[in-house]
Formats: sequence, structure tokens, C-alpha cells
Amino acid sequence: MPDNSAIAHDAPESVNAAENAHLEHPDYLRHHFESVEQQADTTNFAMWLFLLTEVMFFSGLFAAYLIYRNWYYPAFVAGSHQLNVVWGTLNTVVLIASSFTMAMGVWCAETRRRRGLMLCLSLTFVLGLVFLGIKTIEYHEKWEKHHIPGLHYSLRSFTDPQSDPEIFKEYHDKALMPDMARHTEIYFSLYFAMTGMHALHMIIGIGILAFMIYRAKAGAYTSGHVTFVENFGLYWHFVDIIWIYLFALLYLISRHQ
Amino acid sequence: MNNNNNTIVDLPDQATARIPQPNFLSKENGLLSWLLTGDHKRIAILYLISITFFFFIGGALAGLIRLELLTPQADLMATDTYNKVFTMHGIIMIFLFLVPSVPATLGNFLIPMMLGAKDLAMPKINLFSWYLYVTGGLLALYAMITGGVDTGWTFTTPLSTHYVNTNVITTGFAIFVAGFSSIFTGLNFIVTIHKMRAPGMTWFRLPLFVWANYAASILMVLGTPVLAIAIVLVMLERTIGIGVFDPVKGGDPLLFQHLFWFYSHPAVYIMILPGMGVINEVISTFSRKRVFGYTAVAFSSVAIAVFGFFVWAHHMFIMGISNYAVLVFSLLTMLVAVPSAIKIFNWTFTLYKGSITFETPMLYAFGFMGLFTIGGMTGVFLGASGTDIHLTETYFIVAHFHFVMVGGMLMAFLAGIHFWWPKITGRMYPEKISQLAAVVTFIGFNLTFFPQFILGVLGMPRRYASYPPEFQVLNVFSTAGATILGVGYLLPVLYLIWSLKYGAIAGNNPWQATGLEWQTQSPPLTENFVVTPIMDHEAYDYEWLESQKVKEVASAG
Repeated sequence: MPDNSAIAHDAPESVNAAENAHLEHPDYLRHHFESVEQQADTTNFAMWLFLLTEVMFFSGLFAAYLIYRNWYYPAFVAGSHQLNVVWGTLNTVVLIASSFTMAMGVWCAETRRRRGLMLCLSLTFVLGLVFLGIKTIEYHEKWEKHHIPGLHYSLRSFTDPQSDPEIFKEYHDKALMPDMARHTEIYFSLYFAMTGMHALHMIIGIGILAFMIYRAKAGAYTSGHVTFVENFGLYWHFVDIIWIYLFALLYLISRHQ
Repeated sequence: MNNNNNTIVDLPDQATARIPQPNFLSKENGLLSWLLTGDHKRIAILYLISITFFFFIGGALAGLIRLELLTPQADLMATDTYNKVFTMHGIIMIFLFLVPSVPATLGNFLIPMMLGAKDLAMPKINLFSWYLYVTGGLLALYAMITGGVDTGWTFTTPLSTHYVNTNVITTGFAIFVAGFSSIFTGLNFIVTIHKMRAPGMTWFRLPLFVWANYAASILMVLGTPVLAIAIVLVMLERTIGIGVFDPVKGGDPLLFQHLFWFYSHPAVYIMILPGMGVINEVISTFSRKRVFGYTAVAFSSVAIAVFGFFVWAHHMFIMGISNYAVLVFSLLTMLVAVPSAIKIFNWTFTLYKGSITFETPMLYAFGFMGLFTIGGMTGVFLGASGTDIHLTETYFIVAHFHFVMVGGMLMAFLAGIHFWWPKITGRMYPEKISQLAAVVTFIGFNLTFFPQFILGVLGMPRRYASYPPEFQVLNVFSTAGATILGVGYLLPVLYLIWSLKYGAIAGNNPWQATGLEWQTQSPPLTENFVVTPIMDHEAYDYEWLESQKVKEVASAG
């Protein structure tokens, strides 16, 4: 609340009126907006612009992926075969489900259902954690097979595919020449950079979700002020879409080669 | 030059004039009221103090560089110390001074007022961006104190990923953080300009300062994230050793160059466009004329922003990109000269038959026009691949970008600071000494950087602490000029601080300028305007201003 004592008493009446104007509107309407609609419109626009910056952020990685995929095609096919499509599909389903619960959350906020909103946000929160859990399992597999670039990277699965019976059974990959096999490290560099950046966005999102659940409990979003939930929903769907591209480019694209 | 009978300054009677109360400076007191403020004008002042701090650190480093280059031998410092000094000079000046200079200070202060709005669309994000800036700045200082970084400001791979053992990661992270500050500033501006305009304030009634900042904001929002990911990849390569830029693993160091320059070329337009915005306002006010060809100037800002995204590879002509790419990027680079020339020509036409007066902001604006023209024309030398191969990595390129950035941007920044100082503080700066400072800056600048063009053509390479003795004469000129330039920059700090207490009371509109920001008290109210203004005239409409005065006299009489 503004401190009225700070307003000088010898100031013209109109000045004091301007200073006091923000006492007369709903407390979620910030003082510099004319109306709630203008505020909602503005923050939505800002969120879309922010998502545009996120697109540019990821597009650097996608550009790198496209270039190296063209250069080192066999290495990218072999690298892709190392990814577990079952876990990947499961994670895609988990994320799409979380997008659905998030969309339901926005609907609950709009229709002022406090309990429904809390349930939806909590489900989204849990599904986000499930996604990260599955991702951890996948990262762990890579660790065990020495497919983490830089640290203790091993070319064995690519120069001698039969040493990796599970993958060999499924794809019958031919052995890569050492020169090309070396470039699988680029594939995994990009795999970790892209999924890692995506996971970082998930972690930030889950943190914000925790904050929102705490605020929703106090009824913050069910009194007509839904822009925060709406905009977070946009963010969450964006992260979801990025994953769908990653899933296609990293897991699916080379399945039949 | 100083024609005292010919001035437009119109101050209130000093015997009775008072700084209006309340205003945004006096409304609340105490450090916390500043550190937690949402007021765009206070945040602008926070930015002004912090970028001035970093400017003088960067300036001190520049002084060290010039002192080392006074003699042909590397005698003042070891050569690897020299590498660190020029790297930190570049990083501090570009990321911590030039990029935020005009937008975060003057833009922050003025854009809402020029639009007739009470604040930027997202005041908290605005404050957050200042904290990000300070965090980035302190991290960069920390990296400098604990050993520095010596890759050059460009972080060229594989030098930065494999061959140096200095604070690349800390500095990279500092730039990453400061970059987000710039993204949020740009985002806030775009949203504000789209959604917060006062009634009647159509796109083609916006002051050209707003157009210029809008164009720069587009570049910030679209370019900076690409720099962010490039830095993240460098950091990942240094820490865990992923191979995206590592030729040993099949990665391509040129990819880093592409990602880096995709931001860092548009970044030079992020730096110069807001400065051009300042020049519009100053030239129009001190020649009492509407900016010639308003629409063309407005669109030339946007054109620079758009072209700016398609020229980045001209930084890589000697790095082994394909000849066809060189051809295309060379052509596109030349195209940027067109909107830049539109601006220079239109400012010149604005002066034509105007009633010109020579107050300090106008002197700086003239400095800008001359030096930017030289800086821009030498850019064409470097955009043509044939001459570029001879001139790149020599002092020619150093002189070229200092003409644009220091001669252009810094002059514009100082023009803007002087022009809006009465609005920001409510007090005038002392005119005589500031005119002197503007002239000293101009002379010092030319003496510093013009010899470097000649050095470059003669073949003196950049980024070395020592050089063949035959280059010494020109280097002595350059160092002497840097000393004069240093005096030129110190003077404004001294007299501007002096003016905070002793300057003449400025009144609402000392320059009789047309912008909405001048139609309210100085310093403004926290909410900027008593009632939301209604824009019923074009920008730079001096006849409207006259009619306002007549009305005022009539109602007072």
C-alpha cells in the first residue's frame, strides 16, 4: 500500500489525486495500467515475446544438429539407435499428459475452482518430476555405456556393434569406420546439450509450479486474476513442444535406417 | 562557435523558481526505496550510476593499453597481461557499457514519458534486469581480479575452449547473465511501445527516439539468446568436454563464429541505433524543425535492424567460409549503408534552413554526424572482401569500430545525457564548460583514433603489445589523444555532479522541445503525468508548441 504521509500537503489537488489513484482498483491491477484487460493483454504479449527468445535460444542447438547430421549422417544414425524409444515415448506421453493437466489448471483458474486448480497444478508438478526421473534413468544408461562425451567416451558400441547385443538385436547396425565412429561423440554432445537445456527449463518450470501451488492455496489465482497461470501455461506448453521436436529429431528420425 | 545571443534556452526566473515537489526523486527516501523501486525513472538512474562505474573501469583499461603502446617494446606489462587488459577492456565496454548505455538509462527514463504512459509495462522485470546487469558486472569484475581472461572479447574457439587457461567460464557466465538483462530490457520496451501508448499516440506520431529503441529492442530480443546458447556450449566444452566446437572430435570452430556473430553483429546496431534516436531529438530541437522525412527515418531504423541480421559472416571473410558466402554477405553488408545514409542525409536536411543554435547536446550531435559518417564509410572498406582481407586484424578495424562506437555512440550518449539532464534532475548543467568538454572530446577523439586508420593501412596488427619502431610516431599521437579524451570524459562527471546542487533551475521545458516528456514538470512525478496526455498533433510540431504557449499566456493573463 502507498504511504500517504509521503505525499506533500502543499502539492496541488490534482497531483495528490494522481498519487492516490491506485487506491481505487482491484489490488492485482498494477497502478500503471488503465484497465485489467490492458494489463492481461500486455503481459500475454510479453510472454509470447519471451517464448520467441526461447525459440532463438534453442534454434542455435537445432542449427548445430542439422549441420552435423548432414556431415556425419552414419554416426548420427548409429547414435540415435542407442536411445531407448520406449523410455522416450513414455516421456512424451508423460509430458503431453502434463500439458493437458496444465490446460485444465488454466480452465480451473478461469472458472474460479480453487481445489481443481490445486489438483491440476499438483498433477502437473508430479508429471514434471516423473519426466525428469525417466530422463535420469536414460542418462544413467548412457553413463554405464560410456556414452557421456568428454568424460570417458567409448566408441566400442559403434566400432564393434556386436559388443552391444541389445541394440544389435534390434537394428543390426554395421560397424562404423573409426573415423566416423568418433563423430558419434558429436551426436551425444548435442543429445546432452539439447535434452539438458530442455531439462533445465523443466526444472525451472517445476520450481515455479511449486510456488504457484503455494499461492493457489491462498486463492491467489481464483479471484479473477488468471494471467500468471495462463502465462505459465504458455511456458509449460512451449517446453513440451520443444521436447516433441527433440523426441522426433533424436529418437525417431533414424529408426528405420 | 559559442554564440550567446543565439540560444533557445528559456529558464524560469531564478529568484522565484523552485524544484517542484513532490517529484520522483524526493517522493521516497532511503537506500531501500531505490533498491526496491519499480519506477522506471529511478531504475534509469541506477543504471546510469552503474554503467558510468563500468565505463571508467573500461576507460582505465584503455588508458593502460595506450600507455603500453607508447613505446614499441612490451615494457609496461607482460604480453599476456596485455592480452588480458585489452580483453577486459572490450568485454566491459561492449557488454557492460555500450549495449545498455542509451536504452537502459535514457530509454528507460524516457520511453514511457514519450508514450504518455505511467511506467514501462513490467516494472518488476525492469528492476530485475538491473539486478541481472549488476550480477553480470560483478562476476566480470571478479573474473578480472582473480586472473582475468585473455581470449579477446570474441571468445574465439578453439582458443577459448582448449588453449587458454584463464577465467573463460566465469567471464562467459557474466556475459550470459548480463545478456538476459538486455533481453528483458528489450522485451519490456517492445511490449510497452505496443500496448502502453497514450490516446492519440499512433505509430507515426512516436518520437524517432522511440522508433530507434524499438528497432534495437528487436535485435536484443532475437539476437541475445543465440549468444547465450553459444556461450553455454563454450562453457560445456570447457567443463565436461562436449565436442560441438572441437575439431578433434569432428566439431567445427566456425560454427561458434556463426553463432557468436549472429548476435554480435546485430549487437553493434543494438549499440548504435538508440544513439541515432538521441540525435533525432537533439537535431530537431536545436534547429527548430521537424525531422526531415520522418517516415523514412523511422523505417530506416527498422531496416537497419532487419539487414543487421543478415550480414554477420562479414566478420569471417578470412576464416575459410565459402567464396559464394563472401559474395552474398559482402553485398548485404553494403546494403546497410543505405538506411544509415538515409539518416545522415535526413539530419543534414533537417539542419537546412533551420534556426540552428549550438548548445552542448547539439555540439555532440555534430560530432556524432561527422565521426559516424567516417566510421560508416570505412565500414564499406571492410565490407568489400578484397580490401577486408588486407585490412582485417589491423588497426584499421580498431579505428573503424571506435569511430562508430566511441565517436558515434558515446557522443550520442553524452548528447542525450546533456539534453535530458534538466528533465532528469530539474537543473541545468553549466553551459560554457560543457561546450568546452564537447570540443575537447572531439579533438581528443580524432587525435586518438585517426592515426590508427593510417597505422592499419600501413599494416600494424591489432592485439599485440609490441610493434615495429617505425609505427611509434603515430602511436604517440594516439596515446596523447587518449589523454585529452580522458579529460573530455572526466569533465562531464565533475560538472554534472556539481550541477545537482548548484545548477540553474530548469523549469519544465528549457529547450522548448516538443516531446511529451517536456510537457510535464522536471523532475517528473513518479506517475509522470497528472492526467494521461492526449496526443493531438504530430511529433516535432513546433507550431503546436507555440499555440500551447499562447494558450498558457491567455489563461494566466
